[in-house]
Amino acid sequence: MRTGVVYTETVIYSAPEAFANEAPYQTAIVSLDAGGRVTGRILGDRVQIDDHVVEVEDRGGVPYFSKA
Amino acid sequence: MRPVAVIGVGKTPFGAFPDRDLRSLAVEAGEKCLRNANAAPGQIQSFYLGNFSGPAFVGQNHLAPYVSTALKIDGVPATRIEAACASSGSAFYHAWTEVAAGINDVVMVVGVEKMTSQTTARTSEILAQAGDCSGEMKAGNTFASLFAMIARRHMHDFGTKKEHLASVAVKNHANGALNPDAHMRKTITLEQAMKGRPIADPLNIYDCSLISDGAAAVILAPLDRAHEFTKNPVRVLGIAQASDYVALDEKQDITTFPAVRLAGQKAYQMSGLSANDIQFAELHDCFTIAEIIATEDLGFVARGKGGPYAFEGCTLRTGPRPINTSGGLKAKGHPVGATGVAQIYDLVQQIRGEAGERQIPRHEIGLAENLGGSGATCVVTILGAQ
Repeated sequence: MRTGVVYTETVIYSAPEAFANEAPYQTAIVSLDAGGRVTGRILGDRVQIDDHVVEVEDRGGVPYFSKA
Repeated sequence: MRPVAVIGVGKTPFGAFPDRDLRSLAVEAGEKCLRNANAAPGQIQSFYLGNFSGPAFVGQNHLAPYVSTALKIDGVPATRIEAACASSGSAFYHAWTEVAAGINDVVMVVGVEKMTSQTTARTSEILAQAGDCSGEMKAGNTFASLFAMIARRHMHDFGTKKEHLASVAVKNHANGALNPDAHMRKTITLEQAMKGRPIADPLNIYDCSLISDGAAAVILAPLDRAHEFTKNPVRVLGIAQASDYVALDEKQDITTFPAVRLAGQKAYQMSGLSANDIQFAELHDCFTIAEIIATEDLGFVARGKGGPYAFEGCTLRTGPRPINTSGGLKAKGHPVGATGVAQIYDLVQQIRGEAGERQIPRHEIGLAENLGGSGATCVVTILGAQ
């Protein structure tokens, strides 16, 4: 699984219609250790900028990360 | 290239107007503009419409001739431009190229959006189409959350504080309270602005611009013909449009907007002016952080210092460089496709000395910055008194 560092993050309270029942949830842009950045969801504990994260699953093309 | 002037402007109030449809708003702004320019519909040689998402918001496409014919502007090229929230800024830029190049003399631009017939959740979803729907938006982001992530990183890199963001909201609400056409005419305190309902951390409801209905219009002509129409034309001193990645995660550094810097540099170069010469500005404060970053990218203040610059009052109506005397997108309102032309309207009002209670003393040279998405399109325009 891919690993990386949180470049930036937010917790979303006001969600678009399709995700409204999941709010609040955290999204982040992750700088991957292998290079490049990807936008995904955070599962479990909230993360902050510079936290190390690991990809734990892929749901329909969206990577989900958790604190490493 | 010929010198170009704005010969007339018009605008509807911005707000939530359940009884009005898209076309009636566009026609109201257009008719006011024709009257302001002392022009007849038959004199318009080319027509541009800035609109982000008529198809999704109101189920209507083919909008340019749909509006131009209702204004009795018949037979001429009628072209819609879509560039997210910079749709009508881009339409204005393309109208300017036609006049400057000598292709046509009298060209009209209308910007319009009718947003409030949808729920907020559905509106977020429609607006999200201006981002990368195969990546960032699929993960559940909204425009508020993209700008929240920009704010987080700006805070991390430069020490920007929540109070700095809140001071932008307080200022723009104070200005909007004096604007009879503003969507929200309510002043707020710093404490209120700090404690609004959370939308996407660190942004709360007061950091976000409004969802509005409205339209704005402008007519351009060559400077040497401007006096056939009006006693007080306003000159386009510099203008440029620039582009960048749509997805935030493709950008090297999200605390700056390269398209704003590029459009700003080109507009300064065309006008022969520098940031120091700009007396006032209408900046694209879709979120408070966006106004702060724009002041940095346009060279009004050093990189990373935009937060304190706002917080210390430099951008107040009574400060050294007033920003968003109209109330900005925050309080005036943000019918997204209308915003770019509405900013031109606001500059023209100040330059002509017609801004009423909001009139500022130094109002000869103003700049408008219209941003699309999270920075993928930017149009910067510098207008000046004759």
